[in-house]
Amino acid sequence: MAFEFKVNGKATHSEAPANTPLLWVIREELKLTGTKFGCGIGLCGACMVHIEGKRAFSCQTQMSQVAGKAITTIEGLSENSSHPLQKAWLAERVPQCGYCQSGQIMSAADLLAQNPKPDRDQIITHMSINLCRCGSYPRIVRAIQRAAQEG
Amino acid sequence: MTIAKRSTEVSRRELMVGVAGLTFAAVSGPRFAGAQTARSTDVALSPWVTISTDDSVAIMSPAAEMGQGSLTSLPLILAEELDADWSKVRVIVAPPNDDLYKNPAFGFMYTAGSNAVTSYFKELRLFGAQVRRVLLLNAGKHWNVPVAELTTAPNVVIHEKSGRRLSYGVIAAFAQIPTNAPDVTEDELKKPDQFRLIGKDVMRVELPGKVNGTAKYAIDVQVPGMLYGAILRAPVEGAGPDTIDDATAKAIAGVLRIVALPYGVGVIAETPFAAFEAKDALKVTWTQTGKAWGFNSEEALVAFATAARDLSQPTKLWGKEGDALAALKIATTIVESEFRNDLVYHAQMEPLNAVASVSPNGDACEVWCGVQSKTIAVTVAADALGIKPDKIVYHDMLMGGGFGRRGHRDEEYVHDAVVLSNAVKRPVKMMWMREDDVHNGRFNPLSAHYLRAGFDASGKLIAFHHRKACDEVTAFQDPIRFRRQNGRDGIAFNGLDAPYYGIPNRLGEAVPRESGLRTSSLRGIAHLTNIFAIESFIDELARKRAVDPATFRRDLVKANPRAVNIIDTVARMANWGRKRDPGALGFSYMNYSGTQIALVAEVTLDRSSGRLRVPNVWVALDPGIAVQPDNIVAQTESSVVYGLGFALSERITIKDGMVQESNFYDYYVPRINEIPVINVKVVPTDNHPTGVGQMATPLVAPAIANAVVELAGVRLRETPMTPQRVKKALD
Repeated sequence: MAFEFKVNGKATHSEAPANTPLLWVIREELKLTGTKFGCGIGLCGACMVHIEGKRAFSCQTQMSQVAGKAITTIEGLSENSSHPLQKAWLAERVPQCGYCQSGQIMSAADLLAQNPKPDRDQIITHMSINLCRCGSYPRIVRAIQRAAQEG
Repeated sequence: MTIAKRSTEVSRRELMVGVAGLTFAAVSGPRFAGAQTARSTDVALSPWVTISTDDSVAIMSPAAEMGQGSLTSLPLILAEELDADWSKVRVIVAPPNDDLYKNPAFGFMYTAGSNAVTSYFKELRLFGAQVRRVLLLNAGKHWNVPVAELTTAPNVVIHEKSGRRLSYGVIAAFAQIPTNAPDVTEDELKKPDQFRLIGKDVMRVELPGKVNGTAKYAIDVQVPGMLYGAILRAPVEGAGPDTIDDATAKAIAGVLRIVALPYGVGVIAETPFAAFEAKDALKVTWTQTGKAWGFNSEEALVAFATAARDLSQPTKLWGKEGDALAALKIATTIVESEFRNDLVYHAQMEPLNAVASVSPNGDACEVWCGVQSKTIAVTVAADALGIKPDKIVYHDMLMGGGFGRRGHRDEEYVHDAVVLSNAVKRPVKMMWMREDDVHNGRFNPLSAHYLRAGFDASGKLIAFHHRKACDEVTAFQDPIRFRRQNGRDGIAFNGLDAPYYGIPNRLGEAVPRESGLRTSSLRGIAHLTNIFAIESFIDELARKRAVDPATFRRDLVKANPRAVNIIDTVARMANWGRKRDPGALGFSYMNYSGTQIALVAEVTLDRSSGRLRVPNVWVALDPGIAVQPDNIVAQTESSVVYGLGFALSERITIKDGMVQESNFYDYYVPRINEIPVINVKVVPTDNHPTGVGQMATPLVAPAIANAVVELAGVRLRETPMTPQRVKKALD
């Protein structure tokens, strides 16, 4: 059976088995490779996407759960990297290896959607499910603060 | 010099651009050793610099990019002396070619040791200056004026007297290239106060793609007709499959092939998830070949410590000054100490993977991979197929973290992709799951340190003796390099004798172990564990003498004003003399390959749980010329976070030769809610630039341990300093 869902505003479908993680459909069927594989068990956040506007680990989301849902990936966050977070991410020179950064930005976008003016503690609490092995954390905090301020 | 194939689109476009302008080729090495016009029909031409008639300047970058920024900073150094307009510069990733693009420090294309800027700096500057000289010569001839009357501004040659200007692109259209490279001496290079690019931060060229998902890593590669591969590797190095039960694996929909390999079992499937499921469904028993069966890391570390202490054990001399053993005999006070370090895993965010496409008859192959040495990757792919390196088409991909893991001589994950593709003669994306990445890990080695120091009657430190029992990492990581170095293993032992401390008699001795474990360089390399031992010990010595630990170190480096300045700077930043409550401060310093760096950590302790927290860290460093200052700050913040994991939580354990950890639930790397406020001050000087990519990493653990002594009166002698170990020390 095929699962019908929306990705970045576009209707799409997949015939992947029901237990297939959404991550692999996004990456290898839809070729949207900005969403990354890091741990496969929902502990690093490299695979973070939005489902119905809320952040979700795509590696922990099975295809059977996404039928009829609207999914946003980093590629759909904005046109031309114009989301305030993407601009702030460059202004603060956040990425190093860059591998986790799609997931970081998707998590941060979820935070700002819920809470446009988070304080430092709220930022840190929210972002603690995303790992960055390069330790870009101080800049992640600064970039979120900048985006919240500059909007 | 030949490059067999210039297959990437970038390279093709580059070559065409070259045809319309000037291409400067270095025939051997980055020095300008002759030049040809790009009108040459020689397609083997591999330019360092191409100036096009549209005024754009393309510059090759020879380093591998893993987040450290060398992709940008190396061409920027060349652009500085060329006086190129950075907005018109395009950075081109250099193809695999050791003759042209080798790292002078290693003799091949290898990005490691935080030395890219240090190693390439001089030659890139001279080469840039030579290209600029060629432009001046041509402009002078064109205007019929002496070259001495000409100057440059970014991308333009100027004749002040007549007010005339020619852009580099215009000159490129008519320029003649001299047969012999113009002589440029180091004296003629810019002085630091003339720099337009060095010392001014530019946007790293690959950064914009890292905020919108377009940056491409090997794991992102899509090739038409591509299949997916997974591999179950033997748990112990040197073992292989004995029996393979693949009935369940084969029955999974989409699984196409099970491939028995000498060191494991591969699976090829139509989808990644099917490949992973099948790999997990394999039931394999392993041959008991390989040295590490029966190895238990906890027991081994005890045995290592015994060996380090046992002066009758065979050693390799690492470094010495004076006669430490004789000085210890006459010392009036002797202090002895021991330290231990567990195995550490790289945990780069991108699990290792590669894509390979072997031709139908197996005589050629394309590979896509992220590696610290691209020429090694080409050799690995060629050797896997028994074909010549010129039959390999290499595609360079960004690395989702390196940290020393991706530069082994066998680059085994590239090999995995090639052999799986060869089994089906179709493109295969071979991916390790995170669990594979941990189980197949190559770790920073176990080490046990025994240190002795002697003071004379006047209280002067006259002897320092450091013995380290540790596997020889280079022997496993890069046997070729190990032989070339006559068995001298810098990855395990560098800095053992703390050569920058003014102690008249020093001795550093390696006590080599042979565990048969897979070991590796890891961020901080030998210093990661050596500095934990040395800087903890120096702190003990200071306390023994009742001298302030910062002052004690300052006295040991007083002959080096740069070191003194860095120690003073970080002490000021941290307000070192002020007592903290409820926490305490700890100090550490090192001279890391010429970079002067000192760190202060503020630590608090929850006595009931044994949990250490680090609310603040201050770091000062002098890396000589700061090529990209903000990137140095970023790399230093990054180094601190990496060092924090080593200090507090990261630990691999081995039982019966097998790795016990599997994923981020039992291997803990720092999260955003666990990191300190990190205060970094870069103190540039006009000295040759030295490394910045990992220099703070080794300083974190000893600074924390030293703070704990101040805070609780106990010394922690083992990394990681887990709550359990802290509690045990407190009891």
